[in-house]
This record gives sequence, structure tokens and C-alpha cells, in this order.
Amino acid sequence: MSQPSKAAANSFGKRNGRAAALDRIFTGLVWGIGALVILFICGLLFLLLKNGLPKLTWDFLYGLPSEIEEGGGIGPALFNSFYLLFISLVISIPLGMAAGIYLAEFAPDNRLIGLIRICVEGLSSVPSIIFGLFGIALFVEMFQIGLTILGGAVSLAFLNLPVLTRVTEESIRSVPVELKNASFALGSTHLQTIRRVLIPVALSGIVTGICLTAGRAFGESAVIILTAGVTTSGEMWDFNLFSPGETLAVHLWYVQSEAIVPDAQEIAQKATSVLIFVVLLINLVFRVPLWFNSRKTKG
Amino acid sequence: MQALIQIEKLNLFYGAFHALKNVSLEIPQRAITAFIGPSGCGKSTLLRTLNRMNDMIQGTRIEGKIEIGGTDIYSGDVHVETLRKKVGMVFQQPNPFPKSIYDNVAYGPRLHGIRGKKQLDEIVENSLKAAALWDEVKDHLKRSALSLSGGQQQRLCIARALAVEPDILLMDEATSALDPISTLKIEELAQELKDKYTIVMVTHNMHQAARVSHQTVFFLNGEVVEYSDTEKLFSDPSDQRTEDYISGRFG
Repeated sequence: MSQPSKAAANSFGKRNGRAAALDRIFTGLVWGIGALVILFICGLLFLLLKNGLPKLTWDFLYGLPSEIEEGGGIGPALFNSFYLLFISLVISIPLGMAAGIYLAEFAPDNRLIGLIRICVEGLSSVPSIIFGLFGIALFVEMFQIGLTILGGAVSLAFLNLPVLTRVTEESIRSVPVELKNASFALGSTHLQTIRRVLIPVALSGIVTGICLTAGRAFGESAVIILTAGVTTSGEMWDFNLFSPGETLAVHLWYVQSEAIVPDAQEIAQKATSVLIFVVLLINLVFRVPLWFNSRKTKG
Repeated sequence: MQALIQIEKLNLFYGAFHALKNVSLEIPQRAITAFIGPSGCGKSTLLRTLNRMNDMIQGTRIEGKIEIGGTDIYSGDVHVETLRKKVGMVFQQPNPFPKSIYDNVAYGPRLHGIRGKKQLDEIVENSLKAAALWDEVKDHLKRSALSLSGGQQQRLCIARALAVEPDILLMDEATSALDPISTLKIEELAQELKDKYTIVMVTHNMHQAARVSHQTVFFLNGEVVEYSDTEKLFSDPSDQRTEDYISGRFG
């Protein structure tokens, strides 16, 4: 016990020890760093958006790219971005969720499953270009279909699959066992418990995972360059799976490094702002239903 | 009173651990039977064999026989889902689903194929009334179950269990996480429910067993030490170990 300080007006006055000082320094430090990081992120967003966003026009978003003259748009690339993302999610969400549910609920606890788990974990941090090379080997070399939207979308799906599997498994595992027991004790089958309790409760985590992978897939370039190419078919609304599938992120890289159009710099700035805006939008679109849902379920 | 549950020479192993040793019991219909004993004595384990919740624990092995209403519940042609519909359970921690009050109670009936809104409304109302919760929640059935207090949540869990029309209600230390007033409410509720349901409760609280139950079973190290009318067991135990336990000398 240390002596109470002279300043203390009563016996419950401020502790004047080292611990209190450290506590205050620590609190200040955490606040300071937090504010700094937020400032940095906001500054970054501002820098990236300030040159592009004000100059955006519908013509740019919708227009066809130009090879030589200025004033080209990003229409087909933007469309391809969404199209590829959509197809890759259609493939990877069901597969990833199924695999995650299997690992969380059905997989026996043995070495083989342990090994598979390590592989999934490893795959989810493999550089994306590896998946691009795999895509080339599969679609260009083996199936000989060239650089296509299909090849790009499937390769993107492969890229996302391990992450989605892991996220699903972890989310399902984190559902309290009491809820599972409650469901089983009412006479539910395993499928009923998974459908009505485990997935709804785990949904927030799973959707967060989908958001992350969707954002990553939308901005992915290495895989797309290798499997879908750096050109588009030059038409808007080209749903053909076998067309070349340059996306916005690839287009951004292309105009910055290879293009000879005079306004390449401006196109890049505008494309950047579109890219960031869409990724933010994707997060918002996935989150809003969750907010409503949690308002309904939480106390 | 007629025996509804008959347990014959039941042995249960968790891997190498012999958790229940040669347990034979007859549990009467429409009465409250309490299982008491120190932690790890096997009372919860026995309770969980009655609705086969132990099936989910890997490495559990069972020998012997448990009959409910004359049917061996571990025989091959018993569907565990149907069994659990008939043998409801209330857990130690209130565990409502993160859904609305209505959806919590309707969960069980929906599992078993009841879809009609009118029928569900009726089941929800009757179950909540039977669990003495209706008056408190009837105006906000759409509200989240998690907005209820702990005691209300536990009564909701009882309502949820009653909604599938069980014959037996297992209560696994159902009041140990509740305050005294909520505990009292659940005990009163159990008294009312015993006219329609066979209740088996595990309790840590000897006073509760003495207050509420008709029969009491005292377990020690996986064995049944004594089984008799509650009054007799607490006033005139025939086994020295029972006397030591209820007088607070151990456990």
C-alpha cells in the first residue's frame, strides 16, 4: 500500500501510482494511433478519388475504350468486372459454403482432415498469380479455349474458394453449442439444424467473408490478365462466356503501362475512383440486409 | 403410480471412463423425479441418455436397456428425432434462438411439419400460457427472444419444449443460472406441469429437490446410492452416504 497523495481530497482519491500513469499513456497511445490510421485511410481515399470522381461521366462509364484517340470509356471492362465477379461467386459461394459446413459439422477428427484443413489454409494465402498460372494450364493449354471470361471466372472462383471455405467453417464453429443442442433436443435432423440455426446465426460472419472475397475478386488483376486477357470483345453487354474478359482492374493496369492514348493518366484516375467506389458499394450492398437482420434478432 | 421410464442395468462409458455403473431405475408417470448428487456423479449423463443427447458425444458406449412406455429407445428402429420430440429438454443456461419469441416457440412444430399460420398461432399461445409467460410477452411476440430477462428466457425455453407436445420434460439444472425469484417461478411452473408431463430434473440444489420433487435419486460416482420418496430420502435416509451428502458433509 502506498501513501495517499496530498492532493487527494478523500480516502478514495486518485491512485498516484505507476500503473495509473501507464494506463493513461496507453489509452492516449491507442487513441492517437487509431486516429492516425483513420486519418491515413481517409486521406488515401481522398487522394485517389479527388482526381477521378468529379470528372466521371456516364459516357465514360458506358463508353467503349479507345486505342488511339482520347475520350475512351471503360464500358466493356466495367461490365466484365461485374460479369466475372458474378459468375465466380455463383461457383465459389455454394462450393465454399458446402466445404466449410462439411469441415465444421461432418468431417471426422482425424489426420487426413487435419491435413486438408492445413491445405485450405495454405491455399487461402497463396499469391493470386499462382491461380492465374493454374488457369492458363487448365483453360489455355488443356482445354485450348484461349483467354476467356469463363476461364477467368473459374480461376477467380478457385482463388476465392479456400477463403470462403475457411470463413464458413469458422463462422459455423463459432455458433454456440447450446443453440445446436436446443435444436437437436427439439427433434431436429442435422440438416434442419444446419439450415435453421447454424447458417442463420453464422450468416453475418459468412457474409463478411463473401464481402472480402468479392472485393478482392473485383480488384484482382493477375489472375484475369493470365486467364481472361487484356482485351475485351469491344462490345457492351457481351454475355458470351468465350469472349476475352478484360476487367476494370486489368484495364487500369493496361492504360497505365501499355496504352498509347493521350489521356491515359486521366482514364486511370477515373477508373481508380470507379473501382474504389464499386468495392465500397459491394460491402454496403451485402451489409445492409445484415443490419436489418441484426436489428430483428438482437435484444 | 405407473412407471413410464424403466432403466435396467445401464452402463455408460465415455471412452475408458465408466460414467454410469449398473443403474436400474423406474421413473413414474406424471410426477417430478429429482436427480441429486455432487458434480461428476453421472446425474446429468443419465438425464441425457433419456433423450439420447449423449449420442452426439464421440466415444460414448452404452450397455443395458432404457424403455420409455415399453419401447427400448436404443433399439434400431427408434428414430432419435421422434424420441426427442416426445422427450423434451430444458438446459442449464437459457438458450433461446436469436429469433423472435414467436419463432422460438414455433421452431419445434415447424420442424415436425406444421405450417398453417392459425395452427402455429394456437400452439404458440398455448405453449406460452403453459409456461406462464403469455401475459408478459403477448403484446410483443415479434420481439427478439434475447430481449427477455434470464428467467423469462428459461420459461420461453420451456414453452419451446412444450410446443412439440412431449410426454416427458427433462430439466438439466434448469434454474442454476437464475435468480431466486425466477427460480421460484420455474419451480411453481414445474408443479403445474407435472399434472400433464413426466418431469425429470437434475438439480444441484438439495432444497429444490426437497421442495419440488416426489421422488429423489441420489447418485455418487456413477452409481445410484438411494432412490425413494423425496420426503423419506431427506428425513430418514437409509444409506449413510446419503445422510452425509444431504447434511452437507461433502459434495
